[in-house]
Amino acid sequence: MLNFAPRHILASFAAVVAIAQHAPASAADTQVAVAANFTEPAREIAAAFASATGHNAMLNFGSSGAFYTQMAHGAPFEVFLSADTERPAKAEKEGLGVPGTRFTYAIGQLVLYSTKPGLVDNKGAVLKSGNFEKISIADPIAAPYGVAAEETMKKLGVDAALAPKIVKGTSITQAYQFVATGAAELGFVALSQVIGETGGSRWVVPANLHTPIDQQAILLKTGDKNPAARAFLKFLKSGKAKAIITRYGYQVR
Amino acid sequence: MNLVIATTIELAIVTTILLLLLATPLAWWLARSRRWWKEIIGAVAALPLVLPPTVIGFYVLIALGPDSPLMVLFQPFGIRTLAFTFTGLVIGSLFYSLPFAVQPLRTAFEAVGDRPLEIAATMGAGPLDRFLHVAVPLSRRGFMSAAILVFAHTIGEFGVVLMIGGAIPGKTEVLSTRIYQLVESLQFGQAHEIAAGLIIFSFLALFAMLLIERRIGGIRP
Repeated sequence: MLNFAPRHILASFAAVVAIAQHAPASAADTQVAVAANFTEPAREIAAAFASATGHNAMLNFGSSGAFYTQMAHGAPFEVFLSADTERPAKAEKEGLGVPGTRFTYAIGQLVLYSTKPGLVDNKGAVLKSGNFEKISIADPIAAPYGVAAEETMKKLGVDAALAPKIVKGTSITQAYQFVATGAAELGFVALSQVIGETGGSRWVVPANLHTPIDQQAILLKTGDKNPAARAFLKFLKSGKAKAIITRYGYQVR
Repeated sequence: MNLVIATTIELAIVTTILLLLLATPLAWWLARSRRWWKEIIGAVAALPLVLPPTVIGFYVLIALGPDSPLMVLFQPFGIRTLAFTFTGLVIGSLFYSLPFAVQPLRTAFEAVGDRPLEIAATMGAGPLDRFLHVAVPLSRRGFMSAAILVFAHTIGEFGVVLMIGGAIPGKTEVLSTRIYQLVESLQFGQAHEIAAGLIIFSFLALFAMLLIERRIGGIRP
């Protein structure tokens, strides 16, 4: 028995109208693997993509590492939006990706954040005062945000002093959870995670303190023949998509 | 690496010992009580089976965090949070493995039945005496099963540690989270090695415990 909620009927109606308006000869679906940290902007981009082209981007969210492992074992993703550069580069090198389709779609911004107002000053001096028990970062082994956090602390000369206070989340999401629950008083998180938060205190780390946190996308071999997959990557480079991406706290090239 | 192995085994041993001590009175009460509402407690004690480990871990993280009413009690002693500490991991593991200790013990205590205890009572044994010298020896298989299950379950624990550990080497980093981290960073070779080691060790530990259990069971009256 099919039970359509009115919302779904509206959504399908909107999709039909969108398709009719732009009427590309062949509207198609494409399977996109998206790094979890890019969930919100990806949803919005996919909606804009659907109304602009009539194609449908089916989004799957998860960790870039897990996605890579799944793709290497035959998962049917056609486009890969990774949270780093390493995995798309590896996909290209190992023949999973289409050569020459790799590009940086977003650049993450690192922010030192606390839910407590006044703890983090706008120059990051709190790191030198060491006036806290725990500081959370993403694990540098698995996440570029973690690497950037380590580099920042090294550059400021506080890495040795802070080493005993560091706790690591397996992803930038977890690093944020530790801060959000107060288990760690502050932490290096992604600006995109706290862009909607008005309270607390924060310091957006200047880009010259760490290597850029590039997030790269690549067309996978499975999507080589699918016009919707190529169209999605093209749309990702468009001004419309870039406007969405920057609104969520990322930079673009 | 050795630190990670040591932490994993230490966590499993400490959890097993503490949980047997905590679960025994609870299981005994569940087995012997005639109150109608005892199954409410029984169901609560079984809940960790239903909840995904990361969910348990998330709530333990909140419970051990500085804003929880529980931790407010500890703050006068200079303890702000128990997250990211070995103690915190033990607390999380106790919740996580609670049903694995309570269920086998309860079944074993129930199997003892009323008769041996009544006979002991007619011979002048007090309640504690009856429990320690009649019920416990008769239930040793239950204790062994509980110990095996809790130990194995804690070795394989992942979600809870992931949520409250913070991967501090020598304190809160365990084998399962290390393997996850290696897979995440595409270092499959090393992940396979550790996983193989973990499986071999766990197999040997379980096998040894099952042999011991059989021997104990053999002389059961």
